[in-house]
Amino acid sequence: MLTFEEKKEIEALLPNYPTRQAAGIDALVILQRHRGWISDETLGQAAEFLRMTPAELDSVATFYNLIFRKPVGRHVILVCDSVSCWVMGGDTILDYLKSHLGIGFGETTPDGRFTLLPHVCLGACDKAPVMMIDDDLHVELDPETSPDRIDQLLSLYP
Amino acid sequence: MERPLTHNIVPGKPPLSLAEYEKSGGYQAARKALTSMSPKEITEMVKASNLRGRGGAGFPTAQKWSFVPMGADAPQPKYLVVNADEMEPGAFKDRLLLEGDPHQLIEGVMISAFAIESEIAYIFLRKTYTLAARRILTAIAEAYEKGYLGKNIFGSGVNLSLHLHESAGRYICGEETALLNALEGKRAVPRNKPPFPPVVGLWGKPTVTNNVETICNIPHIIANGAAWFRALSRVPDGGTKIYGVSGKVQRPGAWELPLGTTIREIIEEHAGGMKEGLQLRAVLPGGASTDLLTADHLDVKMDFNSMQAADSRLGTGTMVAIDDRTCIVGLVLNIMRFFAQESCGWCTPCREGLPWAAKLLAAIEEGHGLPEDIERLELLTRLLSPGHTFCALAPGAMEPLQSALKYFEDDFHRHIKERRCPWK
Ligand SMILES: Cc1cc2nc3c(=O)[nH]c(=O)nc-3n(C[C@H](O)[C@H](O)[C@H](O)COP(=O)(O)O)c2cc1C
Ligand code: SF4
Ligand code: FES
Repeated sequence: MLTFEEKKEIEALLPNYPTRQAAGIDALVILQRHRGWISDETLGQAAEFLRMTPAELDSVATFYNLIFRKPVGRHVILVCDSVSCWVMGGDTILDYLKSHLGIGFGETTPDGRFTLLPHVCLGACDKAPVMMIDDDLHVELDPETSPDRIDQLLSLYP
Repeated sequence: MERPLTHNIVPGKPPLSLAEYEKSGGYQAARKALTSMSPKEITEMVKASNLRGRGGAGFPTAQKWSFVPMGADAPQPKYLVVNADEMEPGAFKDRLLLEGDPHQLIEGVMISAFAIESEIAYIFLRKTYTLAARRILTAIAEAYEKGYLGKNIFGSGVNLSLHLHESAGRYICGEETALLNALEGKRAVPRNKPPFPPVVGLWGKPTVTNNVETICNIPHIIANGAAWFRALSRVPDGGTKIYGVSGKVQRPGAWELPLGTTIREIIEEHAGGMKEGLQLRAVLPGGASTDLLTADHLDVKMDFNSMQAADSRLGTGTMVAIDDRTCIVGLVLNIMRFFAQESCGWCTPCREGLPWAAKLLAAIEEGHGLPEDIERLELLTRLLSPGHTFCALAPGAMEPLQSALKYFEDDFHRHIKERRCPWK
């Protein structure tokens, strides 16, 4: 069952649209904020609330890069792998994060702290290379000085 | 030099509150438009301003608005959508406007919605623009509280509700018709055209979609007039443009300059030229879906017609400066992987063709490409050219590739002959 709080948040957005279905992405994002990811069970509950079939809602959920249909860690790292960051040496950042965290892309550290995902251009190309941790953008990750800087940033997310 | 779009934006400072925005002259244009102009007069003025859409395709804004059925018999509700998806690699201009001056955007929405007699508007924002989301929500709340959104705005009898819709991260949602499906809560694949959205759009009703920068220009046109707007530009299309440069230049960033500023001026004067010891070799002029240009094109003006005459596109106006130590094959591979990943999968040529192109490019970059791979890539640029796929994503993906083959074919041959990337 959706909790009272979850329902309240989704219901607050329903008047923005003429149909319940249109609130599907909002509902998924809200539930993901509360529950970390969208399990089959959560998907079913959301679909029922929106009066859709689970298959209909799943066709939306699986379409988006940032709706997680698998468990993720407490913090999600999105590292830009697009063109400007690549030109500025972003590969070094991607490699460092992989080896430092000891995981591959799409994986979560064994302590459940971080999930590492490459992501498309974060719209901060003039400050490349960049990454986001949860809702925060971190810019100008100079590949030469990055290890210290990145260690320091990661320590802010226990 | 006038900078109407960015004059309120101070880097590192929070945006103006509603009260501050009004003090600097804000909401005067909306007041004028809603209380003393007709929708037709607004559209006429925008038409005379020669404003073309800043979302990439450069469609004349007033012309798009004029497709919307008007008057008492027109279908209702009608919708205005602000496209703030900005997920094209290399593009970072709308972020500046969204974070820097949200009230300017709201004022633009008020006028534009009135011009098509729409009472409901959405801002479609990409999920990772979290700071922009917070600032827009604050600004919308302020505007409702002041009565600038809601019912009977300025006592004019005009109503408008404005909602922020946060997406969940998929590039194709920026395509106008996919965006409509996304807003309706459906899988966001593009729609067939015709019918065109200004006639049959969101929930089957007339819908205009405009880019953030396009909408932000509207208050200034209304406040200062069409002739003033045309005079901002160095070419017949009106206005300023937010240009940006990323890559290994001295001062990467974004600047509001007259439309028609040359590539040279943007890179050399504003971005300060290349970093010590590097030479400019190529320019990806307007985002990942535009044809590369070379150091021979520095005097081309960055406007719709001049860029087209140079066999490229203005696109988003935010360029990547590519230096002589960056491998062009690797660059095109990076871009192709993006498009292959973001293909929505709806039509076969794109769904199958883009991964194939990425695979061929990876083989060449990694040193096991074959001479005939270049012909295969050339074939793909033709198979995925405009008219062969359901939407413009795939043809856009071909633009960097076809231009790289045109200007830098030798780089491809060297990779194949030397069986390695000569830039590594
Ligand atoms: C794959 C694809 C992605 C697009 N992404 C965006 C985008 O993020 N923002 C945008 O304004 N336009 C984007 N466009 C262009 C829109 O389809 C549309 O032309 C534009 O929003 C219209 O606004 P304008 O008339 O103000 O330029 C995209 C087009 C395609 C084909
Ligand atoms: S061209 Fe690509 S993105 Fe566009 S409809 Fe076809 S598969 Fe989808
Ligand atoms: S390419 Fe990395 S932020 Fe744009």
